[in-house]
Amino acid sequence: MYTEKVMDHFQNPRNMGEIENPAGVGTVGNAKCGDIMRMYLDIDDAGIIQDVKFKTFGCGAAVATSSMATELVKGKRVEEAMQVTNKAVMEALDGLPPAKVHCSLLAEEAIHAALWDYAQKHHLVIEGLKEPKKDIHEDEEEEEAD
Amino acid sequence: MIYLDNAATTKTAPEVVEAMLPYFTEHFGNASSIYALGSASKKAVNAARRTIAESIGAKMEEIYFTAGGSESDNWALKAVAEAYEGKGRHIITSKIEHHAVLHTCEYLQKNGFEVTYLDVDETGLISVEALKAAIRPDTILISIMFANNEIGTIEPIAEIGAIAKKHGILFHTDAVQAFGQLPIDVEELHIDLLSASAHKLNGPKGIGFLYVRNGLKLRSFIHGGAQERSKRAGTENVPAIVGFGKAVERAMLMMEEKTQKELKLRDYLMKHLEEEVPYAFVNGHRKNRLPNNVNISFRFIEGESLLIMLDMKGICASSGSACTSGSLDPSHVLLAIGLKHEEAHGSLRLTLSEENTMEEMDVVVEEVKEIVDKLRAMSPLYEDFVKKQGKQ
Ligand SMILES: Cc1ncc(COP(=O)(O)O)c(C=O)c1O
Repeated sequence: MYTEKVMDHFQNPRNMGEIENPAGVGTVGNAKCGDIMRMYLDIDDAGIIQDVKFKTFGCGAAVATSSMATELVKGKRVEEAMQVTNKAVMEALDGLPPAKVHCSLLAEEAIHAALWDYAQKHHLVIEGLKEPKKDIHEDEEEEEAD
Repeated sequence: MIYLDNAATTKTAPEVVEAMLPYFTEHFGNASSIYALGSASKKAVNAARRTIAESIGAKMEEIYFTAGGSESDNWALKAVAEAYEGKGRHIITSKIEHHAVLHTCEYLQKNGFEVTYLDVDETGLISVEALKAAIRPDTILISIMFANNEIGTIEPIAEIGAIAKKHGILFHTDAVQAFGQLPIDVEELHIDLLSASAHKLNGPKGIGFLYVRNGLKLRSFIHGGAQERSKRAGTENVPAIVGFGKAVERAMLMMEEKTQKELKLRDYLMKHLEEEVPYAFVNGHRKNRLPNNVNISFRFIEGESLLIMLDMKGICASSGSACTSGSLDPSHVLLAIGLKHEEAHGSLRLTLSEENTMEEMDVVVEEVKEIVDKLRAMSPLYEDFVKKQGKQ
């Protein structure tokens, strides 16, 4: 059901991990639907993404789209990273099954969420960037259950 | 390959295939035909019907062949609804039924029937008290599955049967997972209708039966010829019926031995997964459980990823995650027993056969451990959890 590229990125995810004291970090998705993505960005003073890492809870496509998204933004300027759309991620993976297209959207949102965090911290305005939707954890539920 | 998805389907047994083959070739006749070739088919169909009837303590004429479990469930519910709506329009079922029952109930609701969906406890058992309380003067049918396909929980069928009988309400049970694994006697258990499917007990796919107690009002499900006592028209799938008969014969002979083997494997696998993988817990009932079912949730990871990685190691399994159900929601069964979405997404179902070995169980435990570690290293939920633990 998945392309070879998707399987490759799932089996050998690129840039998986964390960055300490990142320039920006964003988490999107929710446990309810079964996908959560977190992106960490390391951005230098010139506005170039020097490093990027991800963590993902989700299906094969969720892992693969996160991994591909990190590859597409690494080394880019912030403005260029804004051009990495879900379509670009999908194309780079040679396509996704229709039921998994939302994973690529989530990858795009995750990058935007991390960039938003960066922009907020540095009091910058990035063109075309909107405040990310708040991710819905099941935290409240968890607190009750504990 | 280590096949651990016998609740999805089973390997057709070699002797079943062998029994079927002549009915594709030399005995190809239509069972309704008058000449000898036809009557050979008819004989074979009736022999299978007898074997199956005897296996559940029913009479031959109470067995109607269908195209599988889904059709049997559809037929049972729709037929009773249609034939008994004069008495009432209320049906009682549970929240953990197979979709073949649940979606048929939803269809009936759209057509003016009322359905009560009983809750289950954290082990997947319905409450007999809640069942009694749900009964109304216009209740015509109780449909509760014999054993659940995801978590393996075996429902209190004898008690349900007795209650139904006492109140003069018909009792249907979806025994698709239980038939061939557990002894079933429709008289002892007061079952009025029962669904079963051949491919869950090493028979061919696309053949099942509906048992309907003599004397029940039953409308035709498929109109046409006189097959299946004019209730389900269409030229019989003779090879499949013959294969079903053989599979049942085989399953009944093997049941004890198979159960003993599977119980050992099941309990070993459950114990080791639970003990050796941190933040894991068993879903379903520990005792009232199908001998071949293991269902376990691993926190902070998602099932589809786990399945793909297991597949790469040659292990076939299934999960209750949304990605494997084809919808955005994880398994309705796991949610009904009180799991959080995240925990349902991280579930793994391993269903055994008598052909599995202890060595395979050891391999599975090792592989699962490794994969769960790998996926947790990737999981933002696990990261948050670890950080939270660190702070405390
Ligand atoms: C409990 C239960 N009911 C019904 C069915 C449907 O059976 P079939 O695939 O033969 O239509 C299944 C099989 O998945 C099942 O497990």
